[in-house]
Amino acid sequence: MNISVTVNGKPYQRDVEPRTLLVYFLREALGLTGTHVGCDTSSCGVCVVVLDGDRAVKSCTMFAAMADGHEITTVEGLVQGGKLHPLQQAFWDCHGLQCGYCTPGMLMTSYALLKHQPNPDEPAIREALSGNLCRCTGYQNIVKAVQQAAAETNAPAPEPVAT
Amino acid sequence: MSTTAKPTPDKYSLGQSMKRKEDPRFLRGHGNYVDDIVLPGMLWLSIVHSPYPHARIVKIDKTAALAVPGVVAVLTGEDLAAHNLAWIPTFHGYDKQMILAVGKVLFQYQEVAGVIASSREIAQDAAELVEVEYEPLDPVVNPFQSREDKIILRDDRENKTNHIYHWEVGKRDATDAAIAASDVSIKERVVFQRCHPAPLEPCGIIADMDAATGRLTLYLTSQAPHAHRTVVSLVTGIPEDKIHVISPDLGGGFGNKVPVYPGYVVAAAASVVIGVPVKWIETRTENLTTTGFARDYHMDVEIGATKDGKVTALKVATVADHGAFDAAADPTKYPAGLFGIVTGSYDFANAFTELDAYFTNKPPGGVAYRCSFRVTEASFAIERGMEILARKLNMDPAELRLKNFIKKEQFPYPSPLGFVYDSGDYHLTLRKALDIIGYDALRQEQKEKRTRGELMGIGISTFTEAVGAGPSKHFDIMGIKMFDSAEIRVHPTGSAILRAGTKSQGQGHETTWAQIAADELGLDPQNIMVEEGDTDTAPYGLGTYASRSTPVAGAAIAMAARKIREKARKIAAHLLEAPVDDIEWENHAFHVKGLPENAITMQTIAFAAYTNPAPDTEPGLEATFYYDPPNLTFPYGAYIAVVDVDAETGFVKVRRFLAIDDCGTVINPMIVEGQIHGGLTEGFAIAFMQELAFDADGNSLNTNFTEYLVPTSLETPHWETSSTCTPSPHHPIGAKGVGESPNVGSPAAFVNAVMDALAPLGVTHIDMPLTREKVWRAVRSAKGAAKT
Ligand code: FES
Ligand code: FES
Repeated sequence: MNISVTVNGKPYQRDVEPRTLLVYFLREALGLTGTHVGCDTSSCGVCVVVLDGDRAVKSCTMFAAMADGHEITTVEGLVQGGKLHPLQQAFWDCHGLQCGYCTPGMLMTSYALLKHQPNPDEPAIREALSGNLCRCTGYQNIVKAVQQAAAETNAPAPEPVAT
Repeated sequence: MSTTAKPTPDKYSLGQSMKRKEDPRFLRGHGNYVDDIVLPGMLWLSIVHSPYPHARIVKIDKTAALAVPGVVAVLTGEDLAAHNLAWIPTFHGYDKQMILAVGKVLFQYQEVAGVIASSREIAQDAAELVEVEYEPLDPVVNPFQSREDKIILRDDRENKTNHIYHWEVGKRDATDAAIAASDVSIKERVVFQRCHPAPLEPCGIIADMDAATGRLTLYLTSQAPHAHRTVVSLVTGIPEDKIHVISPDLGGGFGNKVPVYPGYVVAAAASVVIGVPVKWIETRTENLTTTGFARDYHMDVEIGATKDGKVTALKVATVADHGAFDAAADPTKYPAGLFGIVTGSYDFANAFTELDAYFTNKPPGGVAYRCSFRVTEASFAIERGMEILARKLNMDPAELRLKNFIKKEQFPYPSPLGFVYDSGDYHLTLRKALDIIGYDALRQEQKEKRTRGELMGIGISTFTEAVGAGPSKHFDIMGIKMFDSAEIRVHPTGSAILRAGTKSQGQGHETTWAQIAADELGLDPQNIMVEEGDTDTAPYGLGTYASRSTPVAGAAIAMAARKIREKARKIAAHLLEAPVDDIEWENHAFHVKGLPENAITMQTIAFAAYTNPAPDTEPGLEATFYYDPPNLTFPYGAYIAVVDVDAETGFVKVRRFLAIDDCGTVINPMIVEGQIHGGLTEGFAIAFMQELAFDADGNSLNTNFTEYLVPTSLETPHWETSSTCTPSPHHPIGAKGVGESPNVGSPAAFVNAVMDALAPLGVTHIDMPLTREKVWRAVRSAKGAAKT
């Protein structure tokens, strides 16, 4: 079947098998391998992408066909103008990643969280990330990173310096 | 280029929390894991698994599978046998394991056939059409049943017994006598359950036989690429120069990516035969049910002590469940790994430990899951034992430990079970922990709570690890000595490439290796590129597991850099027109004795090495070093857990957890702390959640992440960390290794805390994982018993 999706701002039209999962569509049809696969039971969250700008979805739990007519943001779409997104920068600053396998899913879940709750407290962050497993970091630095990104995103833009 | 600039002393020095160099690619989604690699014309392998834990294979019918369009081949054990690949030797070479079952299956989910097809979906669909007829046999589901030898599992072996080996170390008679003569003694069976490392990236391979060159390239989830290359060569007879192993980014390993798995061998064999690349990526279920599990030790711990709490003897007798094949990942001469570290941080005059391993109808394995070989099991045994002893003596567990620690002045300390501990100050570290956590106040609070019937517990674990295998006179894997290596090439403009025989799985080697070289050479760590995992380019090494990277390869890096420095000294002498003996290395630069203001940087020397080499020296600036450590290193720590147990629900709240680690010299504190957070989280998982359990018929009960529970951000406690530093006296930079300490040390702290909480009810021990149900049942039956 034929589907039209916008991924990271770019429109695509593709033929897909009805059973193709969104995650394999992104990885194999579009070559966006930042979105990972870590389980068969919708448990690990390494496949999370953002649907229509603010909804974190597990792309292993959705058929590509269900994305027809929708917008998807993957980890590859976070960098804007060559600059890391504040979440990416914060994960780097706070040592919020080790092997990096969970990182794209963590970033996308956090991205959707901040869209809904620009100022989440620690319990809210832990709650939001509870569908994303990480075997390496113990989550503490991930939580810290999300807090840092939130603080930065909310900080008022610097006043133009008078010359 | 200035020859006089004096380097800022700190810029290159160890001990800085430099941000990780590997992160930008991961953050952008540009990591390169095995499953991200796609080769032209690539086929997919899907594996058919046995539904039975023990059964005879009557017949395999490939017809229906072969009829599916897109299916290229269906391979069985018989097919592999024709290439002499139905069985391969296990890790240490004392046993062999089946690649695809021949004759019978020995565990549920065992690999029975492989389907090669043009897509993952077709391969999976066709795998379901392979018809296998089985004749079920009675299973052997635990090592105690196994040792009765009523059902012999391995009819392929000469010895018709399920007993694999007996191992012992220490003085049996003296220890027995000392325990018998002691004022007070304890004996407890503690089980370290079977669990699984479960890295988030499962295992996988792309095997690519290039018919034109005759070279087999293996993109492999490998913690030990060179060892894997050698094994593949030995098993297949393909010359080693014709095998190229590339271990790209790894999504965690934790010991799971050390062994060779059937999927690898089938994919490689298929690629060799068919002549196109073949990919196999295991599913999570395959990962949990077939690849390297860890632990599964049933340990009887006995300790004798005087009535005032001085320990006199330790005896630990273990029954080990190795599953269907003896594939435990331990060095050749150490069938029970480094279990001899079981005397822990304490000065025992007498000690003895023995172990008997048995086959069962369970998956093979026995990997070092985030620990040095069997050190986690040993630490758990001794730390639980000390806790139980403290209770019996009615003595504070911290006091008991302080009373029995090996003293600072006793190092190097020869342990009764054969190790020579390099260094430590156990009293200092525990005292620091007691101080930070506010131990006395917590005990006071506990006392008050107990009067109100509230269950609060404080658990201590003061473990010592033995890591960094190891000295080649003791340690080898299939005969290959466990040295490791590094190669550094300094480019003319003063940047460098550093290659090592290790393989990071998230530990941050691209950063820390650069930091070690930077400090030794006075070069900018940002401009030292680190490369690992490619056997064509990296020097030979045994890989990353058992906390051996920093103790062994880290040392090799420092030594290779020092070789370069020695040559650089000659170049400096040439440039400064002074005798070599007058050249000093200080503040990361060379100068002539007494003239520090006229220093010359390594960058300048590098340029000269290519443009103006000193007479009688080779041009260029590079070195390789193979480091054979003189001893293991012995990191240690003092961990304290504080828990509240809800008697009504069995819920354990970890209120606080403090980890003080002493891993010697720290290269990057941020990375060390990150390693500790991660290891504590895995220790927490093992203590409370993770188990590979089997029912009475041998069926696997934890086949995916809804049944094999990995902690999420919600359950995971907040971690408090601190450190002391006792450098290793024999390591070139004094480092000891840290990635595994928290996983080794923490399970006992958690369990000790819960048992301490339940002490008023008279509960002495519950085996891990301490699920709510188990805790609730223990509380309920203790209360019930109290009422009757
Ligand atoms: S792959 Fe695990 S939740 Fe999607
Ligand atoms: S960083 Fe490895 S799984 Fe999260």
